[in-house]
Amino acid sequence: MNPRSFLIHGLIAGLLGGLVAFVVALGVGEPAINDAIAEEESSAAAAHAAEHAEEGTSTEGHSHGDEEGGISRGQQAGPGLATATVLFGVVLGGVAGIGAAFAAGRFGRLSPVATTGLVVGLGFLSAVLVPWLKYPPNPPAVGSGDTIGERTALYFGFLAISVLAVIGALIIARRVLEDRSAWTASVTGGAFYLGLVGLATVLMAPIDEVPDSFPANTLVDFRVGSLLTQSALWLTIGVVLTGLVHRAWTARAAEAVRLEKAQAL
Amino acid sequence: MSHTTAVATPEIAPVAIPVRQLAPWALFSALLAVVTLYFVGSEQGATTLLSGTGVHEWVHDGRHLLGFPCH
Repeated sequence: MNPRSFLIHGLIAGLLGGLVAFVVALGVGEPAINDAIAEEESSAAAAHAAEHAEEGTSTEGHSHGDEEGGISRGQQAGPGLATATVLFGVVLGGVAGIGAAFAAGRFGRLSPVATTGLVVGLGFLSAVLVPWLKYPPNPPAVGSGDTIGERTALYFGFLAISVLAVIGALIIARRVLEDRSAWTASVTGGAFYLGLVGLATVLMAPIDEVPDSFPANTLVDFRVGSLLTQSALWLTIGVVLTGLVHRAWTARAAEAVRLEKAQAL
Repeated sequence: MSHTTAVATPEIAPVAIPVRQLAPWALFSALLAVVTLYFVGSEQGATTLLSGTGVHEWVHDGRHLLGFPCH
């Protein structure tokens, strides 16, 4: 139970999480992406023809159907998607492992297994669920290239506020836990997080770029697919990491019991 | 009952790992996370370090499905 073992456990959990997320993304995410691209192509075809006729406009603007930069749709949906989910998964797993190492032994009598679950659960809440509610992801063909800078800043800004707020909430809860009950500590931390994120939600500009003509079913399918992909990633990391920490923790406890017995002799 | 299940209920108190020991691991993990987050989530989108669109196109579907804003 040292930083090294936590990191290794996290990396293993992250690798598995990335692979599971890839499979889930392939199953529930890709169909919606393909629908969105088909929609973009059919609606763009007419506009495109007119545009090209007018002035030899370069196709600098992003389109999806055909190969771009030598990368086909098949590559994007296969090895490209796998690269993204596995790379992201391994790094996230490592960060979760180190986060779990920080939390272990720092929340009263909670076991390292419980604090690991707490870290991954609150990580999912603050880095996935809450940002998903404020700035839900959009499929290809939704969103104007002109606002990508603004949208990126808003999304990452909100993500940072949410994650930092949850870390702040944990620090506050720990302080309160010193001389109050776990209930008071949890409610105080929770109120701090909700207050801060609620304020950010109200104050930060909305992103409203979905064209009226875009099919609602495709939009919902994509957003749910995205949430399921990220849930699969975090759930796998949570299950595997708590499992590995549990194994290490029981081994250590058994060792302690053995030592105690040996000393009693 | 000769089988004790003491292993299942460890009665030792969890010991916090000192921050001093954790700091280098945390720093490196955080840096790696930022770089990965940037390349998977944003490179050749809002900002571009490498010319072309290869990185963007390669992680395109993952970027969308992992919830990042994309073109």
